Amino acid sequence: MINITKESEENVHIIKVEGDVDAASSIYLDKAIGDALTRGQKKILIDCTELEYISSAGLGVFMSYIQDFENSDSQFVLFGLSERVAGVFEILGLDQLLTIVKTREEALMRVSDEV
Amino acid sequence: MKYSIKVPCCKSKLKTIRSFVDETLGQYVLSDVDLNMLVLAVDEVCANLIVHADMDDKMSDECIVLNILVRKNTIVFEVIDQKDHGFDFSNYREPRLEDLVKTRRKGGLGLMLVRRIMDDVEFKTKDHTNVCRMVKKMQVPVA
Repeated sequence: MINITKESEENVHIIKVEGDVDAASSIYLDKAIGDALTRGQKKILIDCTELEYISSAGLGVFMSYIQDFENSDSQFVLFGLSERVAGVFEILGLDQLLTIVKTREEALMRVSDEV
Repeated sequence: MKYSIKVPCCKSKLKTIRSFVDETLGQYVLSDVDLNMLVLAVDEVCANLIVHADMDDKMSDECIVLNILVRKNTIVFEVIDQKDHGFDFSNYREPRLEDLVKTRRKGGLGLMLVRRIMDDVEFKTKDHTNVCRMVKKMQVPVA
């Protein structure tokens, strides 16, 4: 239903989310992001290329960390959203509060540019 | 055309509900994005109901019934359950996104999404039966 894997590329922490993020599974996404922040990761990318579905529970997880990203000067970028998943972010305007780009390369450039 | 499903009131059954909506409305000509929005709205109402019924991951004897009525220009969704948690929609005030961000709240977005997606949403409780009725006005050609 949900599969979360983590990898690091130099000083960039990449969390790959596969499957469905809903009310039952959003805790795993929450834990992955929370752990990354606790470990002091400053550049966090979320790979959504295999994310098939997201509900408000998943949106709420991202939203709940916006303040923490700002307070800790962390950079946080989502990439690879399908049209249907992107639509869910757009409907409430969350795409304006989060940094969302199309590809992994763009995401990596975004965090390196902002240093 | 009317379609129905009855599932136990627990979070692990949300995927079953989503698949039912997806497969049922997949018989009609809807864009992928539109179809996902309708699946999302139903999922949000059911998830809300399960969370407020405090059923979480526990398997329950309680069930949720979902009816989908497809008409030429309208799709009507009814989510029905029997738990004692009637939702008073008249008292609902939509939270501001900025406030949710400031307070790091994870909840509060579900009903906002439902209201954006659907043309009409109403909650009714009668004789311990709660009914959430959602109406989407759209052309629904058969595939």
